[in-house]
Amino acid sequence: MLDALTLVTGVAALLLAAWCGWAAYRDQPTKDWHFIGMAVVSVLALIQLVIGVVQLARGEKPEQGTTIFVAYLLGAFACVPAAGFMSLAERTRWGSVTVAAGGIVLAVLEVRLYDIWGG
Amino acid sequence: MTTVRERPKRLISGPGMLLVWFYGVMVVGAVSRSAYQIVTDFGRAPLAYTLSAVAGVVYGFITYSLVRGGERARRAAQLCCAAELAGVLIVGTWTLLEPSAFPDATVWSDYGMGYVFIPVLLPLTALYWLRRSRTDDGDGNGAGDTVTP
Repeated sequence: MLDALTLVTGVAALLLAAWCGWAAYRDQPTKDWHFIGMAVVSVLALIQLVIGVVQLARGEKPEQGTTIFVAYLLGAFACVPAAGFMSLAERTRWGSVTVAAGGIVLAVLEVRLYDIWGG
Repeated sequence: MTTVRERPKRLISGPGMLLVWFYGVMVVGAVSRSAYQIVTDFGRAPLAYTLSAVAGVVYGFITYSLVRGGERARRAAQLCCAAELAGVLIVGTWTLLEPSAFPDATVWSDYGMGYVFIPVLLPLTALYWLRRSRTDDGDGNGAGDTVTP
């Protein structure tokens, strides 16, 4: 369950990165549709956070330690919204680049999460 | 590139925003990593964990300076970026020459290979960016001079 969600979130993050990268390439700031996309990815990360905590509460142990696991879950959840707010402050193509970078960072975090959980 | 004119005192306009993002990520990465390692198992690699913590503090200061803006913050950030670059190069070389001093990796081990070389690329980019957004461009007119032809 968690592994599937990790995969979906990671792929969604990469799609978001590609989409915002495309916007940056066309010299455009992030638009409403991009923010909807960010919201979708953020919701995925939130679901992942909730499920991860539930799994912990049910007594399952991540391979590389509970603290690291929770820290990465929180980081993954905060990643895209943080980039989104920064793109609100920077209404140029560079705001889009920032969100694209946020998507890539989230994808990396998902890979790490997969390792930490011990998939 | 864009039609937006950059105000001289703002350091986070345009590409600066991307820099702040990466520095922010590195702050969270380095600080949380070293905090966790120092709290749980400091004795295993005290040097490595301390260096990670120092790196985190330096990243934090640069991020703050970039967000704050202004000429003094720009100079301070430039100084810290130079220190950061020196740190990456020294620690990177050190980890290669004498791996035994580092039982566990730091953020700067092997020139930041564990972080896709971002630790070595970031200060270079930042130094370039900070040089470009210098308000006193050496013509003696200082900050706030009008558009040069």
